[in-house]
Amino acid sequence: MSATPATVPGMTQLAISANGLRKAYGERVVLDGIDVNVRAGTVFSLLGPNGAGKTTTVNILTTLLRADAGTISVAGHDIDSDTKPVRAAIGVTGQFASVDDLLTGAENLQLMADLQRLGRSESKRVVGELLERFDLAEAANKLTTTYSGGMRRKLDLAMTLVGRPRVIFLDEPTTGLDPRSRRTMWSIVRELVADGMTIFLTTQYLEEADQLADRVAVLDQGRIVAEGTPAELKRMVPGGHIRLRFADAARLAAAARVLAGSTPDEEELSLRVPGDSGIRALRGLLERLDEYAIEVEEFSVHTPDLDDVFLSLTGQKATEVNR
Amino acid sequence: MSSTTVMVRRNVTHTVRNPVAIFNAVLFPIVMMLIFVYVFGDAFSVGDDYIDYATPGMLMMALSYGLSATATAVNSDMTKGIINRFKVMDVSRSAVLTGHVVSTVVRTTVALAAILGVAFLLGFRPAASFAQWLAVIGVLLLAVLAVSWLTIAMGLAAKTPESAGFATVPLIMLPFLSSAIVPAEKMGPGARQFAQYQPFTPIIETLRGLFDGSPSTSHAIAAVAWCVGIALVGYLWARKTFNKRG
Repeated sequence: MSATPATVPGMTQLAISANGLRKAYGERVVLDGIDVNVRAGTVFSLLGPNGAGKTTTVNILTTLLRADAGTISVAGHDIDSDTKPVRAAIGVTGQFASVDDLLTGAENLQLMADLQRLGRSESKRVVGELLERFDLAEAANKLTTTYSGGMRRKLDLAMTLVGRPRVIFLDEPTTGLDPRSRRTMWSIVRELVADGMTIFLTTQYLEEADQLADRVAVLDQGRIVAEGTPAELKRMVPGGHIRLRFADAARLAAAARVLAGSTPDEEELSLRVPGDSGIRALRGLLERLDEYAIEVEEFSVHTPDLDDVFLSLTGQKATEVNR
Repeated sequence: MSSTTVMVRRNVTHTVRNPVAIFNAVLFPIVMMLIFVYVFGDAFSVGDDYIDYATPGMLMMALSYGLSATATAVNSDMTKGIINRFKVMDVSRSAVLTGHVVSTVVRTTVALAAILGVAFLLGFRPAASFAQWLAVIGVLLLAVLAVSWLTIAMGLAAKTPESAGFATVPLIMLPFLSSAIVPAEKMGPGARQFAQYQPFTPIIETLRGLFDGSPSTSHAIAAVAWCVGIALVGYLWARKTFNKRG
């Protein structure tokens, strides 16, 4: 059972390959023909707002839900005809920690080891290692109801790792966690990738995708509206902008006249000047303001991040649909 | 260790750690028995020593009292996400449900043994032969199995653990409206007919006959038919609901 056939994908092979995934509930189309290809040993992030279809995608890729159409292979096995080896190769940590509340942390891990049919000494070793690694050894013999949200999420992931999966699905692993627990979770994910695992991660936090993912796909209303490396996606939105704030409306109006293409915000007394934030462009801008003797209260440079990508992509989509 | 064994162990651990479940399943039936037999007992005239009359009914009461814990546990498994973990781990789906059936049978057996123990302390003197005792155990096991599957189906069908627990209330009420406490002939119209034709009455009458050493074949046939019918309905309903839940 534990000796899986020699189909371990190499670095260049695909750990997940899904083409033309469709899923609808009656009239409501949840996934409208998406393609997902994830190379082994990388982190792929599916980014999207609530209701975009992220969890449905995870449920389909993890054999919990059947797609209406599409071909899927995970860890080199067809998901429909070869479900068992797929299940043996994957691990899932869902959005809501699925730990057993009436058991202790150690017992939860032991339960997983028993279900995986690890021997007595082997399971003792695995459980001990995971408790150490996830910093849960101290709370090992306490009921999980006494755990914090971050601890529960860590235990949940540790339970997933008992079966030594090669492909791990993390469905919004840090939703609802405090910033510190989030960072802990991020460093755990990086360790898993360093160990050679493939991670499929859904998130609604752009920073998370930016921090962890090799490739990001933006899912909106059941369609992938953009895909690429975080850097590629950032390049898709037109450059950043410079924001200037003034003491009064007269100065704002004067600045808006002399800086072509700028958009004033009268309420905030601020001016948004599009353009790149290179030194030369900045110097030119400041010289021009100086020339007209316009005093600036506040000055900030805004470089594009995934937020901009997200807003511009999903925003566009929304107007298309409304039309 | 098979998946089912692991699941049974998990459920037994849950039960042992849940004082409310233990109270409902084991202690409350004993309290009810003490009230009915020790406090009210002399006021009922059933033409028999009341403890001898009441014990079969008290066994059925003990059997149904613990069921809300089963329904709640099944529903929690389904609604709290752990079921998806089991499914992805290729734990056979039937192992999850069979685990609940077996642990319900184990818990109920403890409750039934406790009731019998208290009954003997209160002067219960059955005339049953060894074979009749075996038949008593058989009928009780069949009844537990039947109501367990029905309860599991109700637990699966309910939307929340709370409503799942509540769904078993009719099963808890059934012994009161049967020949458990007083003979059906002594009840008012309506209640009498209900008591005569509901499933718990033939089961209780069968047990009573076996304990007296004079079992009634017609009651026994009705009891077995009811149990098999309830078990079948419960099993099919549970399976259908389980598959529909994805």
